[in-house]
Amino acid sequence: MAKQNNSHTVHEPLMQVSKRKSMEWYKSWLVRIAAVVIALVICGFVINFLTGLDPISVYKEMFEGNFGTERRFWIMLKELAMLLCVSLAVTPAFKMRFWNIGAEGQSLAGALACAACMIYLGNKLPQGLLILVMVVSSVLVGLVWAVIPAFFKAKFNTNETLFTLMMNYIATQLVSFCIVFWENPKNSNTVGIINSDSMMGWLPSLGGQKYALCVLVVAVLTVAMYIYLRYSKQGYEISVVGESQNTARYVGINVKKVIIRTMAISGALCGIAGFLIVSGVDHTITTTTIGGLGFTAIMVSWLAKFNPVIMVLTSFIIVFLECGASQIATAFDFNHSVADILTGIILFFIIGSEFFVNYQIKIHKRHKEA
Amino acid sequence: MFATIISKAVEQGIPLLFGSTGEILTEKSGNLNLGIPGIMYMGGSAGIIGAYLYERAVQVPHPALCILIPLFASLAGSALLALIYSFLTITLRANQNVTGLALTTFGVGFGDFFGGSLTKIFGDGGNLSVKTSSDYFKTPLPFADDLGALGKMLFSYGFLAYLAVIIALAAAFFLKRTRAGLHLRAVGENPATADAAGINVTKYKYLATCIGGAIAGLGGLYFIMDYTGGSWTNGGFGDRGWLAIALVIFALWKPNVGILGSFIFGGLYIAYSYISGLSRSSIAIFNMLPYLVTILVLVLTSVRRKKETQPPESLGLAYFREER
Repeated sequence: MAKQNNSHTVHEPLMQVSKRKSMEWYKSWLVRIAAVVIALVICGFVINFLTGLDPISVYKEMFEGNFGTERRFWIMLKELAMLLCVSLAVTPAFKMRFWNIGAEGQSLAGALACAACMIYLGNKLPQGLLILVMVVSSVLVGLVWAVIPAFFKAKFNTNETLFTLMMNYIATQLVSFCIVFWENPKNSNTVGIINSDSMMGWLPSLGGQKYALCVLVVAVLTVAMYIYLRYSKQGYEISVVGESQNTARYVGINVKKVIIRTMAISGALCGIAGFLIVSGVDHTITTTTIGGLGFTAIMVSWLAKFNPVIMVLTSFIIVFLECGASQIATAFDFNHSVADILTGIILFFIIGSEFFVNYQIKIHKRHKEA
Repeated sequence: MFATIISKAVEQGIPLLFGSTGEILTEKSGNLNLGIPGIMYMGGSAGIIGAYLYERAVQVPHPALCILIPLFASLAGSALLALIYSFLTITLRANQNVTGLALTTFGVGFGDFFGGSLTKIFGDGGNLSVKTSSDYFKTPLPFADDLGALGKMLFSYGFLAYLAVIIALAAAFFLKRTRAGLHLRAVGENPATADAAGINVTKYKYLATCIGGAIAGLGGLYFIMDYTGGSWTNGGFGDRGWLAIALVIFALWKPNVGILGSFIFGGLYIAYSYISGLSRSSIAIFNMLPYLVTILVLVLTSVRRKKETQPPESLGLAYFREER
């Protein structure tokens, strides 16, 4: 490689990395798919090492875990919808480069508000009105939880990553505070199924499927978010602020307003996610009701390049792994954390593959001049 | 009574101190490593796995090896995770938040999986427990018992606790008083300028992140080998990893302040059990305090905008020389 440059001693690196202008979409997807495939092969070997199963039947088992029965399929759809909902929520903020890692807390706060309505108003309001009140209060509480850090970011440039992170744990403690008053039966430290007899405040089933309504709501939100980010003026403002706050100021965008407004939307959607989980799925509340969705959502959103439609795919990858791994865990009597290991490995590969989409590596063959 | 409270607070504080010292070093290089909870988990689980395999392999475990093997396994495990983070964020310039969170997912998964299933994989059954090695980790200083309350407050801890304080002091000295520390801070504040001044940005970022990760991992090791007495419970480490990140802010990115801060956080963690007449609901409020205080510090420092108390300027941003 360096045969020809014997006339001078100037050091030039062997490789040069430079930013790509653009890459054809099919090539970039090829890179990503290659990364996922390599990661899946490695995961196959990891599982093989742990269980002694050959990789092919491992993936067959995982497929079974997702699509094996109608029930499993609906559970997979439900998990997908919930993850997608939180991912949609964090997306506008991320597009603005506001690192909201407090989706966990915002959703939990929304879920808490929802549960509070179910408990205190369960036998006072008719079903329809009750659900409306639940939606409104979840949205409001989620919104407030997100706007607090946004306000300080806009006003004092307080670090939003750290602020939103801390808000998560305040929400967690708030839930354990409330559980003490709501616990049922007494001293169980759990709330139990809320309104288990009257089913007040439970989302109705649709066509005999109890999760169908949740899935439908999230599907609508996905399309709405796509349109909002892509075609609305506010969506455009978000992109401009994300690209450069100075540019945004120069063209007359009120950056502070955009930050607070976008985080309000983000928090409101988290509130909806919290509502769906409590009213549509769990019918109870614990400190782990959201179960890390808020953090996983960040990765889902980022992997999809903040595109709501592609997010369906990226959240499917994660959910497929989780449902599949939990099937393996059940079948082989392992604990379910195996899903986290696999998710971690696959994420590392996808995260790493982005480099090859965004940058190109030139290997130097010869020097032009000394 | 007072001595007991102090010593309990310190025991709670030590994992946080390791974590925050490691994260401060990391953040000073401009890397916001949200993988610290995963790394601390990894440090703990790798340590206990090392100890388990060693205790399983020999009839009479040697005291020195009982300490060295878990220690080395812990350092290696957590440094390896930090290396993955460094490679992805520094060399491949991936987003730091996403990489960090992926690392936490992986680390916690790894810990809970092997911590929870290792005995099953080896066909031993039962819980993962390494009492023998743990006792060596817990051995207090020899003169602790002779000095009464003072001995209990100062000398009753295992060696890792003292190591935590020493490392924190050394890190403070390194950042403030040495040339390499100055270079590291320069990298975290403005990598382009540091690069122009001839500082090897990549090298500093890699070293700070990996060494920081290894230090943070010791927090997990202390928790599992000393605090819990060498037995694993899934999820037992709780939110301590995030609390360590909170402590970084509370300590204003100064490891020596972190020592005091960790004991305060540790005290808040256990304070409820020493205040009589507290209901379970007020315990929840008590547990909220460290986070509330951290937010308060975060807001106050950003309002006052004092140069010395700000986060590193380039925190969270990848550096690419050709991008201006």
